[in-house]
Amino acid sequence: MKHYLLAAPLLALALPASAKTLNVAAGPDAQTRLQEALILAEPGDEVVLGAGRFVLIDGISLDVDRVTVRGAGMDATVLDFTGQRDAGEGFRVTSDGVTLRDFAVENPKGDGIKSKGADDIVYHRIRVTWTNGPAASNGAYGIYPVESAGVLIDAVTVSGASDAGIYVGQSRAITVRNSVAEANVAGIEIENSRGALVERNFVTRNTGGILVFDLPGLPVMGGGNVLVRDNLVVANTTPNFAPPGNIVAGVRRGTGILVMANDGVWVEHNTLYDNPTAPIMVVAYTQGFDDARYNPYPRNVTIGANRVDRGGTDPQLDGAAQLLAAFGGALPPVLWDGLAQPGATALRVEPGLAGWSLNLTEQGKGLGGGNPGPLNVPTPDRTAMLTGVGAPAALEARLHP
Amino acid sequence: MIARGLLLAGLLALGAAASAGGAPPPVPVVSAITGPAMPATLAEFGFFADPRAQLPAAGVIPYRLNTPLYSDGAEKLRFLYLPPGTEARFADDGLPALPVGTALIKTFAFGEGAARRLVETRVLLHRAEGWVALPYVWDEGQSEARLALAGARVPVTTPEGRAISYRVPNRNQCKECHGLNGAVVPIGPKARNLSAAWLAPLVAAGKVNTVPAGADTLPRWEDRATAPVAAAARAYLDVNCAHCHRPGAAASNSGLDLRWEQQDLHALGVMKRPVAAGRGAGAFEFDIVPGHPERSILVHRMRSEEPGVAMPELGKATADAEGTALIERWISAL
Repeated sequence: MKHYLLAAPLLALALPASAKTLNVAAGPDAQTRLQEALILAEPGDEVVLGAGRFVLIDGISLDVDRVTVRGAGMDATVLDFTGQRDAGEGFRVTSDGVTLRDFAVENPKGDGIKSKGADDIVYHRIRVTWTNGPAASNGAYGIYPVESAGVLIDAVTVSGASDAGIYVGQSRAITVRNSVAEANVAGIEIENSRGALVERNFVTRNTGGILVFDLPGLPVMGGGNVLVRDNLVVANTTPNFAPPGNIVAGVRRGTGILVMANDGVWVEHNTLYDNPTAPIMVVAYTQGFDDARYNPYPRNVTIGANRVDRGGTDPQLDGAAQLLAAFGGALPPVLWDGLAQPGATALRVEPGLAGWSLNLTEQGKGLGGGNPGPLNVPTPDRTAMLTGVGAPAALEARLHP
Repeated sequence: MIARGLLLAGLLALGAAASAGGAPPPVPVVSAITGPAMPATLAEFGFFADPRAQLPAAGVIPYRLNTPLYSDGAEKLRFLYLPPGTEARFADDGLPALPVGTALIKTFAFGEGAARRLVETRVLLHRAEGWVALPYVWDEGQSEARLALAGARVPVTTPEGRAISYRVPNRNQCKECHGLNGAVVPIGPKARNLSAAWLAPLVAAGKVNTVPAGADTLPRWEDRATAPVAAAARAYLDVNCAHCHRPGAAASNSGLDLRWEQQDLHALGVMKRPVAAGRGAGAFEFDIVPGHPERSILVHRMRSEEPGVAMPELGKATADAEGTALIERWISAL
């Protein structure tokens, strides 16, 4: 049914209507018309955005459960936040069971789309772009679900984020799939989260490709049970453009897949080419911390079979020249800092995949000061394959209504 | 002075409701507060005997907070309405229990005296299903305020003389600050931020159960120069930041907890690294560096007027110079 926003809102509120469609076209006063539709939508409704450019000067938000926001395509429907004046993100979602699909967000001043405490959310064929390319003045995260259970991100494209293109934080039951993360500081970041499946993504021209880690001092910690497979992680050579205070400002240009302070991460069947610091890096949290709940070490990280080039050919590491000379012109593909929780196995690596260790002896002192040498760790334990990763099946069904 | 005058007017009105002769004085429409609809105009609530003058109707009680939220320097006129025969029940230094039918009303105005212009009135209505927040925007002629679910932008001149585009938040943004564990709750009228002098006559009038021991804990904003700097600064953070930066609220994922009762320095930001601040962190590594406001992210973000960096994210377009100066003084002394 066509819904006349200005004439009918009070009527609509009084009626227990069945699911309806609220159409919003681009054009004058799009800010008010779109925001009103997002407020007046009821559970089960669909807000349909027409083709065209929606010029928005303030952040928009959705706080109604089970609403679908659908555009005419990630190239056809653009929410343009170039002139944004307030709010910390372009689009904020705080309700459960929401589906966002087929539209783009351009040039938000802060984050692109943030969903907080928004369980069972689907992002499908969404594009978030900072159109000027990599810049420290760009917003932090492109697609940013946090404190949520049930997150499916499928076929999205994010570029230009000054922190992470796709960032999933303090969440569980997560799938990030079939997506493109290009020219961000971090392509895809899984932080303080459990049960994540990261597969079949194209991750390129970032500073670091795929990051899986845990940080101290947060409401949700104990990240792990993360499967990273079948991703194409290539040419992540963009110099780090994050603001200095940021955790990702420490990511070395040319990092392919980074695992830091996590429990149970399996990295397999990825293709990693031209990640010139380290195709795969496994490290403890590099800084000091004061949080008794926090475990700074990698535990049970498995690097299975991956297609990898010869490794770190231009590492952004202290003493790079000597290291390259010592290892014959390229650092072996797997880099470990050598730190492990006493009594636990930090890392297992597929036989035939070469690695090296910084052989650090103390956590929290950065990556310098070790006595580098060849990697000597156990081989994968196939009985310990991960289970229970990925978004709930019910979310998959929403991709094909 | 304005606040005190209104206070007296409100208390007089409270007494006048029962005794006035002739035409009955205007009283709030309880069904508008508790019913399911979103009234299209503020007038439908009947909160004001003279809306333009912000003269409250009978039973609508003006109040002030010891330390207020900064809103681009707007003058704020706050009112509490309790249904007949009910009372607010205070137990500690926090929010009172307020009965269904309660309304909290806050009008934002710029300009002095005859030039004063009402910009918006926000109402928080306690309905059976919970609190509902609605924004109303005053028209150019100041004759009525209409519901603005999607918010609005209004050109105003701040007390500092700056012409700005003042943002009226949309209904969802109301919840962004007023949300706690998924529900909408009041923020302002916590006992610690209310004066015993205001509460006492209301106890006598039967509208408040007691003057709680926690009343008047926060220093008055105008006394900040002489109050202990830690108390003044922590009051400022509690009122301006902690509705989001606390567990269960909009910025819980930051791990930063700026509530008055928080005693853990790290949770308050001291030598705490940012989590998801992105470029908001600027060139700095810690939220608060003791002795160094110039290297503290907290101050950096308070000073900013750039979306994506500026804090608070909502409810203001301009930096609060006096508030920032207070926080700088506190960090310098840490």
